[in-house]
Amino acid sequence: MNKESNIYTFTFAIIMVLVIGILLAVTSELLQPRKKQNKNDKKMMDILSAINIDASRENAQEQYDTYISSSSIIDNKGSILQGDAFKIDVLFQYRDKTLLPEERRYPLFKANKDGEEYFIVPMVGSGLWGPIWGFVALENDYNTIYGAAFDHKTETPGLGAEINQDFFEQPFVGKKIIDNKGMFVSIDVQKGGADRSDPHAVDGITGGTITSDGVTDMLKNTLMIYNKYFSSLGKAEIKKDTLAIINNNID
Amino acid sequence: MKKSFFSKQHQILITDPMGDQNPITIQVLGICSALAITTQLANALVMTLAVIFVMISASMIISILRNSIPNRIRIIVQLLVVASLVALVDQILKAFLPDASDKLSVFIGLIITNCIIMGRLEAFAMGNKLWESFLDAFGNAIGYGWILVAVAFVRELFGSGKLMGYQIIPLSWYDTMTVDGVEKSFVYFNNNLMILPPMALIVVGLIIWVQRSKNEELIEND
Repeated sequence: MNKESNIYTFTFAIIMVLVIGILLAVTSELLQPRKKQNKNDKKMMDILSAINIDASRENAQEQYDTYISSSSIIDNKGSILQGDAFKIDVLFQYRDKTLLPEERRYPLFKANKDGEEYFIVPMVGSGLWGPIWGFVALENDYNTIYGAAFDHKTETPGLGAEINQDFFEQPFVGKKIIDNKGMFVSIDVQKGGADRSDPHAVDGITGGTITSDGVTDMLKNTLMIYNKYFSSLGKAEIKKDTLAIINNNID
Repeated sequence: MKKSFFSKQHQILITDPMGDQNPITIQVLGICSALAITTQLANALVMTLAVIFVMISASMIISILRNSIPNRIRIIVQLLVVASLVALVDQILKAFLPDASDKLSVFIGLIITNCIIMGRLEAFAMGNKLWESFLDAFGNAIGYGWILVAVAFVRELFGSGKLMGYQIIPLSWYDTMTVDGVEKSFVYFNNNLMILPPMALIVVGLIIWVQRSKNEELIEND
């Protein structure tokens, strides 16, 4: 057979592509359960990192079961819905441009650590080159930040990529998302350094301004939704607290 | 005359690329990955294993097919073989070594563009028998790998004070010291320059320097 003929060349190419295509498709299918498991473990580790629990892939499920007491789903109006919050892929929803705002679902994880209750909020936003995401844990006043963990896909190493480092995440602890008039203000990542006494601002990363701004927007857009839910159920409790303070003052 | 299974010529196929024909230090191929993933020894090892696997399998496949590959599409066929092997490695890493896969991310995919692999396929495997192609691929992959590991060793040790993620330089060395009642001087600093990409090229440059000063035949006279 003439090796240089067109027919031979085409036949060779077609057979080659078919064999390789089938081989890769089968491998990908066979490994699917493991890849999914890895992805779930990583997600549990990320959720736990917001309340400063360092889980490994081996004990992710166990630690998750220990600390995460319950989870719920809310919509963009702040009302609660039925379903499994863990299954919601916020990054996928963020990318899906056909999804209407009221169709987006927001998972909320309730954690119990050392007798205290925390609320872990997953969030996703845009950095300079690609998506950025994070998990922020609020204390049970629905206001004070207990822990924050951010990560990114393709931010610039040494600049925007530093958002997943401790020096960036640590200052969030103790900051407040609601001002003392009860208005939602979120947390601002400020260029040029934030005033340390400002409860609503942290230092940005020099040279990583767009990523820092991305974190600001992500925090604001996401926490705004959750705040609607918190304020809807928080009112009763706040009233109780205020009453307690008034009573104390009387004593 | 029938050559023995592991003759002198066969040994050269392995020893040459490890030394005087090293793909990185002599032929200056595959530099990009030497620069990108050598900040940690563990990553360099995973990368080396991945390249060894892709290189050997691709060379053997191409060597078996060499008499049936149509000449006009031979580069495409080589690329297809390399690309699918890389996709395979990527899948396996994602399933079994997810952390390494996260760290190496795009660089596994970029093995496809590693000039060493395509170079050896076109220059050697297309014209040689299976066993010779296997040895040549093994030699070149190891030649690439040991430079990678050497560079990563230097960069992780002096850049992070660790090897394979374990602290090697005692933590007490980083302590501040009290001099004349003032806490100021430091005994040891990690060299942050080591973490930055230029240092990979400088370390490779040092290896090239040592290698050429030991063997003067390698020095170009122009």
